[in-house]
Amino acid sequence: MVTLSDLPDQSRADRTPPTPLELKLRRQRRVSSAIRYVLLIVVGLIMVYPLLWLVGAAFKTNSEIFNSPWFWPARPTLEGFREGWETSTPYNFGHFFLNSMWIVIPKVIGTAISCTLVAYGFARFEFPGKKILFAILIATLLLPDVVTRIPQYLLFRELGWLDTYLPLFVPSWVAGDAFFVFMVIQFLRAIPREMEEAARVDGANTAQTLIFIVVPMLMPAIISVCLFQFMWTMNDFLGPLIYISSVEKYPVSIALKLSIDATEAFNWNAILSMTVLALIPSLVVFFLAQKSFIEGISTGGVKG
Amino acid sequence: MGGDSKYLGLWYVSPYILGFAMFTAFPFITSFYLSFTDYDLLSAPEWVGLENYEKLFERDRTFKKSLSVTLTYVALTVPLKLTFALFIAVVLNYRLRGINVFRTAYYVPSILGGSVAIAVLWRYIFAEAGLVNMIITMLGGEPVNWFGDPGNALFTITLLRCWQFGSAMVIFLAALQSVDKSLYEAASIDGAGPWQIFRNITLPLITPVIFFNLIMQTVQAFQEFNGPYIITQGGPLKSTYLLPLYIYDEAFKSFDMGYASAIAWVLFLIIMVLTLLAFWSSKKWVYYAGDKRS
Repeated sequence: MVTLSDLPDQSRADRTPPTPLELKLRRQRRVSSAIRYVLLIVVGLIMVYPLLWLVGAAFKTNSEIFNSPWFWPARPTLEGFREGWETSTPYNFGHFFLNSMWIVIPKVIGTAISCTLVAYGFARFEFPGKKILFAILIATLLLPDVVTRIPQYLLFRELGWLDTYLPLFVPSWVAGDAFFVFMVIQFLRAIPREMEEAARVDGANTAQTLIFIVVPMLMPAIISVCLFQFMWTMNDFLGPLIYISSVEKYPVSIALKLSIDATEAFNWNAILSMTVLALIPSLVVFFLAQKSFIEGISTGGVKG
Repeated sequence: MGGDSKYLGLWYVSPYILGFAMFTAFPFITSFYLSFTDYDLLSAPEWVGLENYEKLFERDRTFKKSLSVTLTYVALTVPLKLTFALFIAVVLNYRLRGINVFRTAYYVPSILGGSVAIAVLWRYIFAEAGLVNMIITMLGGEPVNWFGDPGNALFTITLLRCWQFGSAMVIFLAALQSVDKSLYEAASIDGAGPWQIFRNITLPLITPVIFFNLIMQTVQAFQEFNGPYIITQGGPLKSTYLLPLYIYDEAFKSFDMGYASAIAWVLFLIIMVLTLLAFWSSKKWVYYAGDKRS
């Protein structure tokens, strides 16, 4: 049934009267399209309406939020943004966004570089212990973080890194996210080796081959790694919750949680407008790179 | 690449070896050790043998409650989310005009994923004076106490995670699109109905991704933290107090590192056993193309 639309519509082409089977198939197809549209629209509304409502509510007055489920604000106001931006702390939201960047930027760069190196090693070289290491890599994909979290905390405490951003991004400099390594390996395996071999014959060493031949071809994969890491890091909550204790250093995710706790019960528009702002970076990144996202998920499989 | 030393590849993977040793292997072993100790960060860990585990299973009623909430949550969330994801993937696997718009719309909530912002949004949508109750009242129903009632709170968090079915759906969709179309044609000419085709052709062919999604979603559901922490703080009456919340409280609020490690290990073993069970049972129900059994 799924592919009936793929069948060529022969009856029109050779002008013979349609057989009963063809008629049945055509009717089925039309009915099935209609049902699918209705379903898709209803479910689509459920999916998207909460987000529409959120954006609308950010521009409403508090009394309007409580009185109408309709998303469009009757008298749009920036009051919520003005109030929310100031926060209950000595810092405004811009400060917290900047803090997030101090985590995100080193983490994304470190992930891209270390994952590319490691994936190149796994996909293009034979070396002693490779099989075991690769098995470990796959096993860590399934290892729940919950079991390593406490000793990691103790380790960073020993190093004197508590209340700094180091615990949040240093692990990614040493290919800490097995998932990304795996994704790049999968991508590399699909790229033919001829170009690299030609470069080697011309006298390039492996590092030159990696930088000038492999990395340009890997760019789509590296970009999706960066995008995923960007969004996951922006969204990370538990990491900063454990490691960052001074308000001055809070990233957006923690600042947002703080603002719920600190705001009066009925001052919703201030919180909802900051919620909108917190979602904007991820949404922008997603729409800029939608295609590579969906490809990345279907090739590597992903959390979320 | 002939002339290179056979250790060259090892240099490229060395960051991973270092990272794995420092941030995975070492913590993994340490947490096992810590689970047999009493450690409050002030003095050195003190070996107590099985005491933590004994306390967990014999005296700790919070643990019992938390464990049962966690199992309920996983048993509720994983099947619901996967069924929904598969259903939508089947509906989307069709040439309709504007299909890409739908795909994007369905995927956006998942991309925003575990973010705090979405949990905050949920908290306000399902609040007593929130959007959902407003719509229910408009339709003539009684408003529901979504988070205040211990019977509803966990389900509301399940709803949040089901709303984010997008990445499971995208994986299903990719698998559905790779099913050989000629099989469908042959079956429909033989007179098979849509449900028969789905049941006997589509479903067996996509069992590998069902298996993959099942494992990933289960491992993830057992570690759910952000939703209950932000939306309900584990309440009311601990009805959303999942094990990761309990571990967090024991470790980072009470600084009882040994006890928290023991809970973490119990959680880890549950996940492990279930994953192994899934792998073991997969021989019976997962079909791999090119496989002789069918």
